Amino acid sequence: MNQENIQRLGIVVSGSLNKGVEVRLDSSASVEDMVVGRYVTIEGQKRRFFGMITDVSLGVIDQKLTLTPPDVSNPFIAEVIAGTATYGTLHILPMLTISGDVASLIEGPQPVKTVPSHFSTVNLASDRDIELVFGKEDKERFWIGNPLDMETKLCLSMEKLVERSSGVFGKSGTGKTFFTRQLLIGTLQKGKAANLIFDMNSEYGWESTSEQGRNVKALKQLFPSRVAVFTLDEESSRRRRVSTDFVVRIGYDEIEPEDMVLLRQTLNLTEPAVEAVYQIYRRFGRNWLQEASELKDPDQIKELLKELGIHESTYQNLQRGLATIRRLPFLLPHSPDNAVSCVLDYLDRGINVVLEFGRYKDVASYVLVANLLTRRIYAQYQKRTEKAMAEDTVKPQPLVITIEEAHKFLNPEVASQTIFGTIAREMRKYNVTLLVIDQRPSGIDEEVMSQIGTKIAFLLDNERDIDSVLAGVSGKGELKSVLAKLASKQQALIFGHAVPMPVAFQPREYGSAESYKHFIPSAETEIEKQAEKDIEELWG
Amino acid sequence: MSTDEVQRVGEVVEASTTDFVAQCYELYQTPPLGSLVKTMDLTVELYGIVYNATTTSIEPGRRPIARGRDEASDDEIYRSNPQLLKLLRSEFSALVVGHRQGDILYRYLPPKPARIHSFVYLCSTEEVKEFSQSFDFLNMLINTHLPVSTDELVAACLRKMSQAYEDRHAFLVAAGKEQAILLGGEFNQLKSILGRIRQ
Repeated sequence: MNQENIQRLGIVVSGSLNKGVEVRLDSSASVEDMVVGRYVTIEGQKRRFFGMITDVSLGVIDQKLTLTPPDVSNPFIAEVIAGTATYGTLHILPMLTISGDVASLIEGPQPVKTVPSHFSTVNLASDRDIELVFGKEDKERFWIGNPLDMETKLCLSMEKLVERSSGVFGKSGTGKTFFTRQLLIGTLQKGKAANLIFDMNSEYGWESTSEQGRNVKALKQLFPSRVAVFTLDEESSRRRRVSTDFVVRIGYDEIEPEDMVLLRQTLNLTEPAVEAVYQIYRRFGRNWLQEASELKDPDQIKELLKELGIHESTYQNLQRGLATIRRLPFLLPHSPDNAVSCVLDYLDRGINVVLEFGRYKDVASYVLVANLLTRRIYAQYQKRTEKAMAEDTVKPQPLVITIEEAHKFLNPEVASQTIFGTIAREMRKYNVTLLVIDQRPSGIDEEVMSQIGTKIAFLLDNERDIDSVLAGVSGKGELKSVLAKLASKQQALIFGHAVPMPVAFQPREYGSAESYKHFIPSAETEIEKQAEKDIEELWG
Repeated sequence: MSTDEVQRVGEVVEASTTDFVAQCYELYQTPPLGSLVKTMDLTVELYGIVYNATTTSIEPGRRPIARGRDEASDDEIYRSNPQLLKLLRSEFSALVVGHRQGDILYRYLPPKPARIHSFVYLCSTEEVKEFSQSFDFLNMLINTHLPVSTDELVAACLRKMSQAYEDRHAFLVAAGKEQAILLGGEFNQLKSILGRIRQ
């Protein structure tokens, strides 16, 4: 290792595995350079430890110093007492270890089970250490940003990321959308999964504007051949000059009672009204919505209600709700083409689908469409995976479904009923995972939150939100202080399944012409990929 | 090292394990407070730090009397009474802080005290530099009960040693840090020493 690059910080003086270790800073290291969230290495006698600074504090050797402070205006006295009579201490949470033997070198870093011995040296992690822990940018790993105050590239294994559901959380305006765009580009670039993105605010498919008023390119512009933009609102897409691939229209006959359950709150339906939907469905079958809206004759209605045992007021309540749905312009009595099969068709070809909602940003449309499409797509995936398992063939390519405003689908009241709740819980079994984006993680069902593998948290300042994001993570108290101290923009903490240890980082730049170049695979690699594919096809 | 290169300042007249007293050949020619001096005891070279200096009558019972009533200046007194230079003597005391045996320098007490009549030399710049490579001797200075205030002695010693260095500031900062650790619980003493060595 290059000795010059190592910056010594101090020595371990006390600590415990649960609470982390205390490190006394050397006089040469300024306490003001130490930042919470920075990454350090501890050279124990038998193994090396990797950890993160979670607190910085000041100490004095003699309490008299605090009562009669020395004359620090004299540089000599200030210099002498710095690091001797007065000193800084760091609180470090060790997270990974690597022991000296060959086996562990191959296995890579392991979670800590002990603490470094007394007076072990603590150094600032070098670029090489970061690389050792998080890996290099390669075929599998995608460069997502830099650890705070470091130049090193922080890489994330996309394969691991899509194995489990993941979540991006943070207050509004902290950079969730920008970062999510990068994550999606990552999965696209590394080709590890197909994406289906429910793009509520039309930000992922075609260009949008940054807070500085700059136009920012999105997926379709960067990967024109691998992204398809579907739209619910053709007019809005056309106005924004988005080249859309498909206009989604949904037929009444495609709506099932399960879709109504989710809309209960939005449409203000009563519990019996939802029950009534099931009864009507049993009576009329797939065309229930059409049939129910065509019922005009009061006698006929009365007879039907009597037959089904539905109360009059319940029926009124239901009709009001159905009227709201029928007013949605993308719903037609009969849809000319099947949106679900079209989405699946694109996904099968490895093309990622972005569904723009255009003007239909109201909760009813979003929840209805997202739930409806996902349920059917998930069913297809389930069928295929089971078939693949039975026949011992290749499982379908992993699918990542991106949803914004996730708490609308995953709040404790509906999480057990929506398909998203099911996906989050059953997860990778059928190769479908979620990428949830939300600003109020506390609104998401606890059970679902606990199943989210990788979490990326931008600044959150509500106590309940922080608690819900960090629920069940070891070293929660320490991470909490890191999370609360993140800058209000473009800084995040990533932890969970896809990363060996939590790390605070700054997402890489996105939006300049220069940045796009790095995201788009160069022509050379494209050719290489094509060649590989050709060879594969040739030899089967 | 030949003795010609280093300045001879006196001769040991009283010795104990922890310190020795030397008489100067010339009246008033005592080395400055805090200087590093050395003396030989056959194979062992003893290092000491000057902590006290006195000028007294050679006979303990006879105190000098005032003689300057008719003289214009105090120098005139010595010119008119040349015998005075022989009736008075200057002595200095040094605290033993280390010794050299063979080529190795030890910063702790030697096995035996200095011999009477051994010559005492002022250490050269190189020797001062070599000796002050480690601040172990500071502990001895601080922990010994002497007629002079420890703070004064430590400060004088460091001021003197720092003259051997081109970068005096760096030396004093390093020494200061060492004391800050030694005097962990004695912040007031530390403050007083630092106040005396700051430039």
